[in-house]
Amino acid sequence: MKGRRSRLWVVARTELRQLRQSPDFWLPMLILAGLFFVVIPTILLFAITHVHNDTVVAKVATTLDVLPPRAKAAIHGFSPAGRTSYALAVYLFAPLAVIVPMTISTAVGANALVGEKERGTGEFLAHSPATEREIYLGKLVASLLPGYVTTIIGFGVYSLIVNLLVGPQVGGWFFPTTDWWVLMFWVVPPFLAITLSVVLRLSARVRSGAAAQQASGLVTLPLIIIAYAQSSGVLLGAGQTAIALGAVAWVVAIWGLARGAGAVTRARLLGVEGATL
Amino acid sequence: MVDAVVRLEHVRRRFGDVVGLADLNLAAPKGSVTVLLGPNGSGKTTAVRTITGALRPDGGQVEVFGIDPDVDGESVRRRCGVVSAKPALYDRLSGRDNLRYAADLWGIVDEKPIEESAARFGIDDALDLRVGGYSTGMKTRLALARAILHDPDLLLLDEPTSGLDPESSHAVLALIDEMAADGKTVVMCTHLLLEAEGLADQVVILEQGRDLIAGPPDALVARYWPNPRVLVDAEERASLDALATMTGVVSYERNGGGATVALDDLQRVPDLVAALASRGVRLTRVVPHEPSLEELYFAVRDRGVE
Repeated sequence: MKGRRSRLWVVARTELRQLRQSPDFWLPMLILAGLFFVVIPTILLFAITHVHNDTVVAKVATTLDVLPPRAKAAIHGFSPAGRTSYALAVYLFAPLAVIVPMTISTAVGANALVGEKERGTGEFLAHSPATEREIYLGKLVASLLPGYVTTIIGFGVYSLIVNLLVGPQVGGWFFPTTDWWVLMFWVVPPFLAITLSVVLRLSARVRSGAAAQQASGLVTLPLIIIAYAQSSGVLLGAGQTAIALGAVAWVVAIWGLARGAGAVTRARLLGVEGATL
Repeated sequence: MVDAVVRLEHVRRRFGDVVGLADLNLAAPKGSVTVLLGPNGSGKTTAVRTITGALRPDGGQVEVFGIDPDVDGESVRRRCGVVSAKPALYDRLSGRDNLRYAADLWGIVDEKPIEESAARFGIDDALDLRVGGYSTGMKTRLALARAILHDPDLLLLDEPTSGLDPESSHAVLALIDEMAADGKTVVMCTHLLLEAEGLADQVVILEQGRDLIAGPPDALVARYWPNPRVLVDAEERASLDALATMTGVVSYERNGGGATVALDDLQRVPDLVAALASRGVRLTRVVPHEPSLEELYFAVRDRGVE
């Protein structure tokens, strides 16, 4: 069992090492995360809290009317600018926490298995002592980690920016809120796992990386919409509902991951079988 | 009963409408070098993949080290080293990382086997460079180093010298020699008949997923050419035709390089030379001829199984 567990990590570690050696992959992802977690929030929040343009604040504030009453009631702030920036920080940017990991992890996962087939390295894995399950789980871990770790780091930086820019307007450091903790550590991981369970299945079955990327895009879109609605409190509210939704998502994720392992076969790694959707 | 490390009996494998293996039988004795000869698409690669359990056969029996790879593939693959037709290396990683990956999968903790196998194939200097920048020969050397890293009992080589420079080809053939000398079992696929020459303890000729014929090269040659053969040449080639009616000559064939003569006994050669000389024939060459694997291969394909 020890050997099996370690082979899983060997596969994951090597996959991650390859990603690290590929700036053409991680640089755009880093820019994406930087844009969503740092650049856009900083510009928007700085503009609202420091420019003191009432017209702009009023316009932005109207966009927050879509928030459910519970969310509106939770908004803090000494001034319209403070309340608007609080709402933006807590609600508007929340979906980014879902989009970033899904984009990164999906990009990695989509190529994880079909990439072995395309490069011919699947032949090496197929003849190795690693089991199909170890290969699958190794690829899963290697797909999940870059997206989730980037998100957690981005989340930390985002928290700092939000507290520094908006904190003085609302009576001190306020972020992350309870909803955000739940989102980041209870809702996002299973959503990510569900997405990857499907993406890896696709990656094992399709003929090319391009086909895997396209199919993965279709899979992630509905999940991003659901996650967006949940995280912004529009669709299902937050609090207890988020915890319940997260629980359901965990069950679905575990089921999906268990089933997904069956998609990895040596014949598919060799590119001689099941090359269909 | 031969102690076969690899035994395939009536193995079949289809890929949709395409037949990979139709009815393959193969037994590779321990410590032997078995060469699978056949044109592209004859089932050589599928045979290798079936041996390690990477491909499950549709029918027939596969046994490697006495184990069915479909039942316990991990135990089989742990003792196999494979060099596939394409090197199957990770271009974005360094040579060392590629070897480390294999070492980790086979449970090797030490760095020593990595250094040793790289040095054995002369790529130790390039070990920290990205494989993407390697030449074809270097990639094959790295793939070879990776295949022997865990000291496998069975080495499977699928067209290992295809596209290689002479030096790298030599490294491959030297490895096979060394492995066989160490008592390891080697199964090599090739369609380059020259490279199998002198290496094979056993030749299996494949066609359309079937084994046409199998056996030690000498025995097969004796089966197709039971009489010893001699190549003869003279200043005036037409004068060699006199050989056709001489005593002891079983067959005579004039060709571009002189003539090929099959004799009932090799001891006849001095008498034949004397007879030709007495007729004024000025001989320029008289050499015994051992048919090559290439000749054997085409004889089997042209004349069928005899």
